[in-house]
Amino acid sequence: MNYFYEKVMGGKSGLTGFIILAVVILVAFPLFLDIFRLNLVGKYLTYAFPAVSLVLLWGYGGILSLGQGVFFGLGGYAMAMFLKLEASSPENTAIQSTPGIPDFMDWNQLTELPWFWVPFESFTFTLLAVIIVPAIFAYIIGAAMFKRRVGGVYFAIITQVIAVILTVLIVGQQGYIGGINGITDLRTLHGWDITTDNAKVIFYYICCLLLLSIVIVGRLILTSKFGSLLLAMRDKEDRVRFSGYDVSHFKIFIFCVASIFSAIGGALFTLQVGFMSPSFVGIVPSIEMVIFCAVGGRMSLIGAIYGALLINFGKTAFSETFPQLWLFLMGGLFIAVVMFFPNGLAGIWNTYGHYITDRLKQLKTVFVMKPSPQEAKQDLG
Amino acid sequence: MSANTDFTLAIEELTVSFDGFKAVNDLNLYVDKNELHVVIGPNGAGKTTVLDLICGKTKATSGSIKFLNKELTTMPEHKIVRAGVGRKFQTPSIYENLSVFENLEVSYPYGRSVLGSLLFKRTEKVERKIIKIAQDIMLEDSLDMPAGLLSHGQKQWLEIGMLLIQDPQLLMLDEPVAGMSVKEREQTAELLNKISKGRSVLVIEHDMDFVERIADKVTVLHQGKILAAGDMKKVQNDPKVIEVYLGH
Amino acid sequence: MGGYTYSELGAIFAMQGFAGISLFSVLLLMALGLAIIFGQMGVINMAHGEFMAVGAYTTYFISTITENYLPSLMPIYFFIAIAVSFLFAGLLGYLAEFSLIRHLYKRPLDTLLATWGLSLIMQQSFRSFFGAREVSPTLPDWLLGSYQPTEMIDIPINGMFVLGLTIIVTLVVFYLLFKSSWGLKVRATTQNRVMSGAVGINTQKVDRYTFALGCGIAGIAGAAFTTIASTGPTTGSLYIVDTFMVVVFGGAASLFGTIASAFSIAQAQSILEFFISGSMAKVYTLLALIIILMFKPEGLFASKVRR
Repeated sequence: MNYFYEKVMGGKSGLTGFIILAVVILVAFPLFLDIFRLNLVGKYLTYAFPAVSLVLLWGYGGILSLGQGVFFGLGGYAMAMFLKLEASSPENTAIQSTPGIPDFMDWNQLTELPWFWVPFESFTFTLLAVIIVPAIFAYIIGAAMFKRRVGGVYFAIITQVIAVILTVLIVGQQGYIGGINGITDLRTLHGWDITTDNAKVIFYYICCLLLLSIVIVGRLILTSKFGSLLLAMRDKEDRVRFSGYDVSHFKIFIFCVASIFSAIGGALFTLQVGFMSPSFVGIVPSIEMVIFCAVGGRMSLIGAIYGALLINFGKTAFSETFPQLWLFLMGGLFIAVVMFFPNGLAGIWNTYGHYITDRLKQLKTVFVMKPSPQEAKQDLG
Repeated sequence: MSANTDFTLAIEELTVSFDGFKAVNDLNLYVDKNELHVVIGPNGAGKTTVLDLICGKTKATSGSIKFLNKELTTMPEHKIVRAGVGRKFQTPSIYENLSVFENLEVSYPYGRSVLGSLLFKRTEKVERKIIKIAQDIMLEDSLDMPAGLLSHGQKQWLEIGMLLIQDPQLLMLDEPVAGMSVKEREQTAELLNKISKGRSVLVIEHDMDFVERIADKVTVLHQGKILAAGDMKKVQNDPKVIEVYLGH
Repeated sequence: MGGYTYSELGAIFAMQGFAGISLFSVLLLMALGLAIIFGQMGVINMAHGEFMAVGAYTTYFISTITENYLPSLMPIYFFIAIAVSFLFAGLLGYLAEFSLIRHLYKRPLDTLLATWGLSLIMQQSFRSFFGAREVSPTLPDWLLGSYQPTEMIDIPINGMFVLGLTIIVTLVVFYLLFKSSWGLKVRATTQNRVMSGAVGINTQKVDRYTFALGCGIAGIAGAAFTTIASTGPTTGSLYIVDTFMVVVFGGAASLFGTIASAFSIAQAQSILEFFISGSMAKVYTLLALIIILMFKPEGLFASKVRR
């Protein structure tokens, strides 16, 4: 337990950060936001999953994946396929020429459910698929790349190409997977209406709890010897290899973990937003996930969550009022973070945060200790 | 395939060529048990390439490298290390963002699989071993310091320590005293003499005074081939060696 | 491929082959610039597509001005447009290197992100200046129409023109890189930056002009692009991934590899497109590339270097 407190939670300051995050998302948001906004925040929090995954993969491992949207999408589509099948019961789709299959299949003259849809009639299978399918996919990509020692910018470009391939594939296969519109009109989960306010609140909490869990899992990984090795591989890959480690296994593993984290986010996205489409799979969303992570701080699991929240708040606020400015701002943010704040918000906090905490402590002494007037003056001046 | 021998390391007919250029050409080199063997030679003689070949960083074009009668040329790098070959790089190669303690811990030869490293526990036995090694390399006072803040010489020692903690049967050091002060050189020579007990050490070095202090046996490499071999005296007086070093 | 006779197949291959040549030309022009920037400098320029768009918009802008104010120059304005596209994109590249890239040479992954940010800013600028709609310049008459050697084969003249332009640019780049003293400096800097600086090469200047040249060539690619398709704010981003694949597949430092790889990628995609849908052609081409790269991670033509 002591180990858990000191190492995993990072002692007092680490635990404080974690508790503040938990209070903000579990208490403050539900208290102050109406259901529409809360649902929106829930959506933003699903983007935090890939952002956290990138802290492990990119911040610590030095492996920049520009394809986390692929895994987000795989998780999201798995969930969407299950919900779509439930929404396409023969009663609901009686007007179609082939009742019982999703509407877009019917529009594309399919008369039978394709084989890869069939297992998604089971909820258990779907939950497993959300985890296992991305993991297997990541394993194949990772094994192929890392065993051949493809890394650095080459890995980044190839993951980006994979994101392109998957997007083009989904868009091109309208009859099988819904094409550019994605999988829409998802209404119920085991007969439970997921569009009600009640359901949205429940999904929001599930999302928060899972997010906090992956932060803890992430910290467990980072505080183990594996975590030190990740940093070691990032800085001196050859030294690790010539210390007797099979570097590729470690990279494959962390890539798989990152893919699972992203996929969980994707599945939660589908549940909260009620649809899934290729626009969350391709290059642009994938690279946005990287910027969430970079803005929050590529070395900080919790920072990545704030990064995802902040940018998405900003995006919503700006695209409502100044849609033109948003891309300028986003582009400027990319440049500024990379050039001036490579450790993002977390880095700024670590550098300047103590000014704020010191000041707070000073104020506390001023008001609690009732010092002499001169002292108080000095402190405030 | 060559026959088995009593040597720790037996290199036979080893050749590697890069687009036709033979960096190492039909090389035969033997390192005995408990021997401290130094390879010298002018720049571009193929010294570092020989180390690269032994530790698997470069693949041989032909020939054989046997370590305790195990053929290394077909093994992947991490297995060569696990078989007992440790290699220090020319520029100090340490993890600057980890502490000295963590540098040694990461090199500790348990928990080398993914699962093993996730479940690895910092037991008392591990700590004792790390402290023991830190004493050997004169860094016991800097265990909690980020390795990036060490001096150049200390970084070299740390990397040697990272190898020692794995107890290799063959230790290979590429220019261990390059960039060190006179005092640090002396300390390093002492360190090498101490750690060569019970294992074989293969060193590449330019500094002749240093070589004289440590070497049991010296091999001179020139253009990928052996020019001379034997003890320091014999090599120093070899006319071919003198010509290569002084003739141009 | 059942259902086609041999002569039909031959005509299909010839026609798709020529269609592929237009794609090849644009890809190669894009890739040449990128190969210089990535291959010689190791910089990942994600905004490269936007530099192409700069060329395309410049061409459109000049065509509009010529049409409205100097209609007599219509037949030759395109050549002026090519030159201005080169200069303007090159100038922007020069500024980008000065203000952004030079601070990030040691952090390639960060360059990738920063130039992505640059690309977003450029895209939004296009949208602000030229609107979200796609635009096309009015092409001079002599670029329109086609040449029909046989009844079944139809070769568009704009494709031939773009091919000619590509060949000229490629030759110039070869000359600059392998015959001029500037090229020697660039290659020296690529291989050993510190040493080059020590022997008196102004490596900063070399970097800046190399980057500017790469962007300028992207500008020419943009001018060429306007003859085969219309330009929108996101046009550049559509080509950037393909272009990177061309460079990586060809072997980052090999110009010859870049040409061979642009040709094979463009032809594969174009010929496949006739038999299966365009999107699946792209999927198969990219998949094949990734699989080949797994077996040859250093690309098709990479020299072995002793490290």
